[in-house]
Amino acid sequence: MSKGNGDLVQLTGKDFKSDQEVRWCPGCGDYAILNVVQGFMPELGLSRERLVFVSGIGCAARLPYYMQTYGMHSIHGRAPAIATGLAVTRPDLSVWVVTGDGDALSIGGNHLIHALRRNVNLKILLFNNRIYGLTKGQYSPTSELGKVTKSTPMGSLDYPFNPLSIAIGAEASFVARAIDTDKKGLTEVLGAAARHRGAAFVEILQNCNIYNDGAFDYVRDDKENRIYLESGERIRFGAEGEKGVVQYADGSLKIVDVEEAGENSLLVHDASHMQASLAFALSRITFETDGAVPLGVFRSLEREVYDDLMNDQLDAAREQSGEGDLATLLHTGDTWTVA
Amino acid sequence: MAKVKPVEHLERVVIRFAGDSGDGMQLTGDRFTSETAAFGNDLATLPDFPAEIRAPAGSLPGVSGFQVHFADHDILTPGDQPSVLVAMNPAALKVNVGDLAKGGTIIVNTDAFNDRNLQKAGYASNPIADGLLSDFHVHEVALSSMTVEALKDVDGITSREAERSKNFFALGLMSWLYNRPAEGTLAFIESKFAGRPEIAEANTKAFKAGWNYGETSEDFAVSYEIAPARLEPGTYRQISGNTALTYGLVAASKLSGLPLFLGAYPITPASDVLEQLAQLKQFGVRTFQAEDEIAAAGAALGASFGGALGVTTSAGPGVVLKSETVGLAVALELPLVIVDVQRAGPSTGMPTKPEQGDLLMVMFGRNSFSPVPVVAAATPAGCFHAAIEAARIAIKYRTPVYLLSDAYLANGSEPWLIPDLSTLPDISTEFATGPNGDDGSFLPYKRDPETLARPWAIPGTPGLEHRIGGLEKENETGNISYDPENHDLMVQLRAAKIAGIAADIPLLELDDPDGADTLVLGWGSTYGAIGAAARRVRAGGRKVATAHLRHLNPFPSNTGDVVRAYDKILVPEINLGQLRMLIRAEYLVDAVGYNKVRGRPFLAAELADAITTLVDR
Repeated sequence: MSKGNGDLVQLTGKDFKSDQEVRWCPGCGDYAILNVVQGFMPELGLSRERLVFVSGIGCAARLPYYMQTYGMHSIHGRAPAIATGLAVTRPDLSVWVVTGDGDALSIGGNHLIHALRRNVNLKILLFNNRIYGLTKGQYSPTSELGKVTKSTPMGSLDYPFNPLSIAIGAEASFVARAIDTDKKGLTEVLGAAARHRGAAFVEILQNCNIYNDGAFDYVRDDKENRIYLESGERIRFGAEGEKGVVQYADGSLKIVDVEEAGENSLLVHDASHMQASLAFALSRITFETDGAVPLGVFRSLEREVYDDLMNDQLDAAREQSGEGDLATLLHTGDTWTVA
Repeated sequence: MAKVKPVEHLERVVIRFAGDSGDGMQLTGDRFTSETAAFGNDLATLPDFPAEIRAPAGSLPGVSGFQVHFADHDILTPGDQPSVLVAMNPAALKVNVGDLAKGGTIIVNTDAFNDRNLQKAGYASNPIADGLLSDFHVHEVALSSMTVEALKDVDGITSREAERSKNFFALGLMSWLYNRPAEGTLAFIESKFAGRPEIAEANTKAFKAGWNYGETSEDFAVSYEIAPARLEPGTYRQISGNTALTYGLVAASKLSGLPLFLGAYPITPASDVLEQLAQLKQFGVRTFQAEDEIAAAGAALGASFGGALGVTTSAGPGVVLKSETVGLAVALELPLVIVDVQRAGPSTGMPTKPEQGDLLMVMFGRNSFSPVPVVAAATPAGCFHAAIEAARIAIKYRTPVYLLSDAYLANGSEPWLIPDLSTLPDISTEFATGPNGDDGSFLPYKRDPETLARPWAIPGTPGLEHRIGGLEKENETGNISYDPENHDLMVQLRAAKIAGIAADIPLLELDDPDGADTLVLGWGSTYGAIGAAARRVRAGGRKVATAHLRHLNPFPSNTGDVVRAYDKILVPEINLGQLRMLIRAEYLVDAVGYNKVRGRPFLAAELADAITTLVDR
C-alpha cells in the first residue's frame, strides 16, 4: 500500500495520525472512537490520499483535523450535502462523514435523510452523546423528554429522535450501531460499513463526560444488556445468552427468557431482508422500553448507488451522442449567416 | 407562399402577443421571434408572464404577454410601446391596451369577447363595439371559430383541441402581415409534435389558415416588410439569457478542463439552467437537484474540493440560503460560481419579474468580512461571456464568485453572433502536485505572490493530505489558529486577494462621443435602456456620456477616474440606489439615482427624460 510517496508499505494506525494536538476534553468518548477509526483505516487497503473525512460542526466534527488524510471541517449540519458533491464527482475516493446528534439530526436533518435515500456512497458516523457539548450543555434532539439542561431548567419538552429509526425510515441501505469503548464491536461495524457500497449509517454511542456523563452506562458498563446482532443467527444475549428476542404475529418484538420460550422460538436476524420492518422493529428495542440495546448491523441491503447511476448516465449520454462538442452546441437550432 | 397584396416598408415594429396563460402566447412569441431572427432583423424580446401556471381563464392576473421589437437597424431594447397588439381575449386587451402607442394596431379575437369574458375582464360593455378603441386601428378577427372551421377535416382531435390551435392561426396571420419566413415554424411544428401527428397537422393547418386569411381578407389591405439589419458578418442564432448562461458554464468547463458540477434547487427564473444543463451530460456535466438551496451550494463546494468546477444557480430567495456556504468558500478559498438570476422581492416577491435588488446582498450578505467578486451580465447574449468570466476569476483566485443576471435577461432574447471558439480565453489552472514548503512539507495556505491564490491540492494527490475548514487558519500552514495578529493578517490577505483582481479585469469603457459633463453609469440589464435613452438624448442635440459596469467587485481600476471626470452622474437602477451607494461611498462623488422598482425594465423614453433633466440642470 502506498504511504503517499509511492512506496509500497503496510500502513498502521499511527500513519493516520495527523500532527495536530487532539483537543477534546480529557475522558471524552471521542478519543476512543478516534483511536478505533485510525486503527481501522489500514484495513481499507487504500492509500491515505484516497480517504476524505468531511464533518460539520460540533465536538465530533473536529475529528478530520486529527486524521492524516484529506479532510474538510465544514458547516453545521451540511457535511452530507458537501460530501455528496465530492463523492459523485470523485468515485475513486472513500468519503467519510463525521457528525453528531445535533449536527445530523437537528440542523442537518434534511441533508442526512436525503443522502440516505439517494444512497450516495458515503460512510456516515454519527457520534450520539444525547447533548450539545461544544456549546456547553444544552439538550439535543436525542435527549430524553424531561431532561434538565442549561436551556431546559424545568426539563426538555422535546420528544427525542431514535437515530436508527430515522435512518431506516429514510430508506438507508446500511444501518448499524456501536459503542465508543467497544473496540471490537466498533471495528467490525466500521468494516461492514466500508464494504457496503452506498450510504452507510453508523450510530456510535459516545459518552460526554462533562455535560452528560453516564448517558449510556447501562450498555457501556453493563455488557449483559448488549444484544449483538449477527445475520443468520438467532437473536440472544445476556451473560449466558439466557435472554432472546421473539417476534409476534403483529410484527412487534419482545425480550423473553430463552429457557421459557424455547430456543426455536427466537427470531433469526436478517440484515438483508427486503422489508425494512425487521430492522425498524429492532431499532425500537431500547434500554427505556426493554432494558437492552441491539448493536451491530441492523440492515445491509444492496441497492442502486446514486454516484454510479449519475456516472452511468454520463457514459450513456456520451455513447448516444458522442463526446460533447462546444461548437456544435453553440450552433444548435436555427442559425443564419450574415455575409 | 407568394404575395399578391402591396407591401409597405417599415424601419421597426414592436408587437405584443397577449392572451390567457394557457393560450400559448410564449410559444407564439418564440416562434415569431425565430422567424424574425432567421429573416435577419435585429431584435429584442420581453416575455411577461404570471407566476401562476394557469390562473383562472379569462382573468386579468392570468394574462401572459410576449413583446418582440425588430428592426432594419441595431436596437437595444424590446421597445417602450408596442405598435401592434394581438389580444386573444378581453382581459389581454384590458391589461395591455394602455401601453399601446396611439394610432397603433390591435388584432382581437372577437370570439372571446362574450359576456362572460367581458365581465371577467371588468368591461361593462364590449370595448370593440362602443368606441373605446377609436384611437387605434382595430382588426376584428374570429380567430377561434375560423381555426375550428379550418380544422374540421383533421381526424383524431376534439373540437376543444382544434380551438387550442388558434395561437398558430394568429401566428400565421402575423407572419403573413410582416412577411416572415414560414419554413422554420412548419419544421418546428413537425418536430415538436412528432409524437402526436394529428396535433402537428392541426397546428400546421391553423398556421396556414391564418396566413391565407391575411392574404385574402379585405380587412388587411397591405403587408409590411422590415429589411434585414446590417449586422457584423458571421453566423448568428437567437439566444435567451438563461441559454447563454448555460452555454457559458459548459464553455467554462471546456476552457478550464474541469468537469462541471451543478447543484441546484428549482426556482423561478433560474430553473432553465438546471434543466438545460441536465441535457448536456455528454459534456461530462453532472447536475444534482438537491433537497434544498443549502445542499445545492454545499454539494457544489464539495465538488470543487475534489477538483470540479462547482456551480450553484438560484434566484434571490434561494441565494440568501446559500450565504453560509459562500462564507465557507471564502474561508476555504476554493472556486465556486453562484448564479443569482434576480427577481422582484423582498421574500417571494414577484417570481417572474426582474429587479436589481440583490447587489448589496451579494456584496455584503455574509457574516464578518467575507469579500466575494461580483460579475453582472448586461444583455441576454452577454450572459455567455459573463459566465466564463465568473468561472475564470473563481478558478484563478480560488474564490466564490457571484454572477448576477435577472428575470429580464433570463427570458429575453436577441440575435447572437456565435463566437469563434479560438477567441475564448484559456482559463485552465494547475492543481498542486508536490510540496511547497522549504522543509518539504505541504502548506495549503501558502499563496501565489502575484494572485495571492492558495494552491488547489485535490484529494487523491499523494503526500498533500491536508485539512481545511471554516475555523480561522494560520497563514501558510492552514492549521487552526486563534492568534490575534494572524487573524488580522488573514483578514487583510483575503481582502487584498479580491481587491487585486481589479488589475486582471478590463477597464471601464466610456462612451462619450461629444465631451459631455453628465455621465450615466449603469450595471446589469439596464444596459439596453440606457443605450437607447442616450441615443435619444444625443439625437435631441444634448451631450451625455455612458459607462456600464460588468464587474461590481472589485470595480475596474479606472472607475474612480471615469466618475470623477464628470460634474453630474446619473445611476439608473431597478432598485432604490444600490450601485449609487457603493459609488458614492467608494469615490466620494455626488451620484444621483433614477430608481423605479416595478418588476419591469426601464423604458428608454423615461430614462431619456431623466437624463435630459439632469443635463439641463
